[in-house]
Amino acid sequence: MTDTPTLTFAFMDPPFETGRTATFFRLLDICARRGYHIKVFAYEGAVALPFSQQKPHANAVHGRDASEENHPLPKDWIAALTEEAERNGGSLNWVNCGLCVDERGVNAAIDGVSRGSPADFWKLAAASTNSLVIPTR
Amino acid sequence: MSFPEYSMHKYLLIESRDPYESGDAEFIPNLATNLARKGKEVTILLVQNGVLPARAKAARGELQNALEAGVIVLADSFSLRERGIADSDIVSTIRAVLLDVVVDAMADGTKTIWH
Repeated sequence: MTDTPTLTFAFMDPPFETGRTATFFRLLDICARRGYHIKVFAYEGAVALPFSQQKPHANAVHGRDASEENHPLPKDWIAALTEEAERNGGSLNWVNCGLCVDERGVNAAIDGVSRGSPADFWKLAAASTNSLVIPTR
Repeated sequence: MSFPEYSMHKYLLIESRDPYESGDAEFIPNLATNLARKGKEVTILLVQNGVLPARAKAARGELQNALEAGVIVLADSFSLRERGIADSDIVSTIRAVLLDVVVDAMADGTKTIWH
């Protein structure tokens, strides 16, 4: 293990649903800015976070087009966090639970996302400085 | 393959649940109190709706028990601001902090648990 911390996070919440998602991404952002090595095991609904077919939309109620609405997409956050971590000497390794992906039909993921199983979470945690499980309710 | 050595002396317990909505929001303060009474170094971090009982006018007994047992209680400043709670509105013994405390604790090997 190097001096740079490696932190593993297990996360279960889908995009656009709970405050936990924002807090989870805030934690990843802190790690990325510090140049830490970040490992994520996405389980259940969280496997849709890096789904590459997410699309921004307009907001007709407020009279804004897609550009003005500037709808946030988690897949873009993950890509940006990966860049930020690498720019600072760290990394972001994202593993999606394969069965959870198949259940939801969200196979299309952004570059850099791999497919695994809960056994990979065990391996990631074993090789990390520390781990945090953020369970859904 | 073996797991890294976690500190079993230092704990960071993260409470995200609103005690006015969740029947088990006493779990973390009670666990923290018990650990502190056994000599462990325990910090509770309130995040999201978990910050609501940090308000001085909404103080709850289980958090007070934890504080009296020596537990450090912190509140995520972002979560406080999101809910319109000023630092001056929270219990004087609870400190508003950045979320960095979680990453600091994890990097330090502190046992970190989310509820």
